[in-house]
Amino acid sequence: MIGALSLLPFLWFVLTSVKSAGQITAIPPQIMPAFHADFYRSAVSEHGLFRYLANSVIVAGSTTLISIAIGALAAYALTRFRFSWARSCLMLLLAISMFPQISIAGPVWKILSHLGWLNTYQGISAAYVSLSLPLAIWILSTFFRELPYEIEEAALIDGCSRLQALRKVVLPLAAPGLFTAAILVFIHAWNEFFFALIILTNSNLQTLPVGIALFPGEYTMPWGEIAAASTMATLPLVVLTLLFQRRIIRGLSAGAVKG
Amino acid sequence: MKNSGRAAALFLFPSFLFVLIFSLVPIFESFRLSFYRMILTLPWLGQKFVGWQNYLDLLTDPVASHSLLTTLIFVTVTVPLEVLLGLAVALVINEPFRGRGLLRAVVLVPWAIPSTVASQMWRFIFNDRYGLFNYFLFGDQTELYLAPLADPQLALGAIMVADVWKTTPFAALMILAGLQAVPDELYEAASVDGAGGWQKFRRITLPMIKPAILLAFLFRTIDALRVFDLVFVMTQGGPADSTNVLQFYGYKKSFAEGMIGAGSAVSVLVFFLALLFALLYIRILG
Repeated sequence: MIGALSLLPFLWFVLTSVKSAGQITAIPPQIMPAFHADFYRSAVSEHGLFRYLANSVIVAGSTTLISIAIGALAAYALTRFRFSWARSCLMLLLAISMFPQISIAGPVWKILSHLGWLNTYQGISAAYVSLSLPLAIWILSTFFRELPYEIEEAALIDGCSRLQALRKVVLPLAAPGLFTAAILVFIHAWNEFFFALIILTNSNLQTLPVGIALFPGEYTMPWGEIAAASTMATLPLVVLTLLFQRRIIRGLSAGAVKG
Repeated sequence: MKNSGRAAALFLFPSFLFVLIFSLVPIFESFRLSFYRMILTLPWLGQKFVGWQNYLDLLTDPVASHSLLTTLIFVTVTVPLEVLLGLAVALVINEPFRGRGLLRAVVLVPWAIPSTVASQMWRFIFNDRYGLFNYFLFGDQTELYLAPLADPQLALGAIMVADVWKTTPFAALMILAGLQAVPDELYEAASVDGAGGWQKFRRITLPMIKPAILLAFLFRTIDALRVFDLVFVMTQGGPADSTNVLQFYGYKKSFAEGMIGAGSAVSVLVFFLALLFALLYIRILG
């Protein structure tokens, strides 16, 4: 019952994407689709589906790589170095993650505009990195804290620098944690809409969520194409979720409940 | 471990730089801008200090107060529903049974779907001529079909349905994490003492997961205060401003009209609203 409620509305949309034009508007609704690929074809050729897809891959991919790289440094410092303001840092991050987007949107737009970074990959990625850092650092801190300190201490005594210890000892051990944080950051960046909407006004650079939201058609909606694009945008996420359900649940609860 | 604040600062620097430029500076800049009049796309016209004028305008604008009311209604209806349903879902997926992993993954799907995809999907379901919503209500009697998204009485409700569908999984996960932390011994001891299922739930489960439930409330409230994507795609704030929530109102002020000063006043208002709720929950939690 719970599973059906979760899944059926979206399955309906997936089925819609492979129907024929007549089937979409039929009453009573037709469940079995004709398995046409027409809507995918026209979503690709007329609406630039692959372009949106490529933009999403670039933006979400670079956001994930950068966030995890610099987030790991920060989380390592917050869990392994002893200093008085570590807890304040984590609290500040938690507070920042609760900022309503609208509260920072205008100034973020202005700053990117000054840098000439509106409508660029680096502009949107930079904004996303700062948005996802609180989440990444919180999750990574939780995982780092669980690692035994002894191995690392041995490495430090053997003359490793902090950076070497992080790279050679901590990161390999924390690989599952890094991976968990990466999945969550990737999903967030892949799905983000508000900042993408205001920063990427050039349709050549827009990501999938923006493309799907701004699908043209005032009077007759191209539902088949929208459903096709939606299916394409969601498929990677559904696969990730089915494969890594356990990690995602662990990561989300690490990010929140341990606070 | 020796005291190593300086080394820590070095490791924290890259993250700090991003957060400073794209979160901390902007929040203060929003406060400052809310006291100025400025056109976003015409920066060369300069900015003029207008004191509390933007806030006074907000107070006297009926659209703004209606928008605040709409947002509060949205929050007070959806959040308790999501937490309650989330609790039910969490209790189910915490029980051991065959296929539990698969069910957990399935429950996660609405959470993972991009919100604009979920919005278009629900817009399709609520379609006035061939949407499933109408078919379930009226079957073949197409003359009775409703247009929920074009009806000021129904549009907000339709968006609430979509929001509950999309975000209940998140509440469920928060609560599931709390359930997993309850030690089995407590239940065993209660069984020995002859406690029934309901008693165990009332006396053990609920008190133990109270922090998780409150956190779910906190996260969901803050998130519901900034609802935007569903409104943008499904109704554009309409019809007749019936779904014009604060973040959408502020977005239009800043980015459609370019009145960044007035938009910033809305930003500050939403910020304090979120802060108020956060403090409230932390009070209850602590």
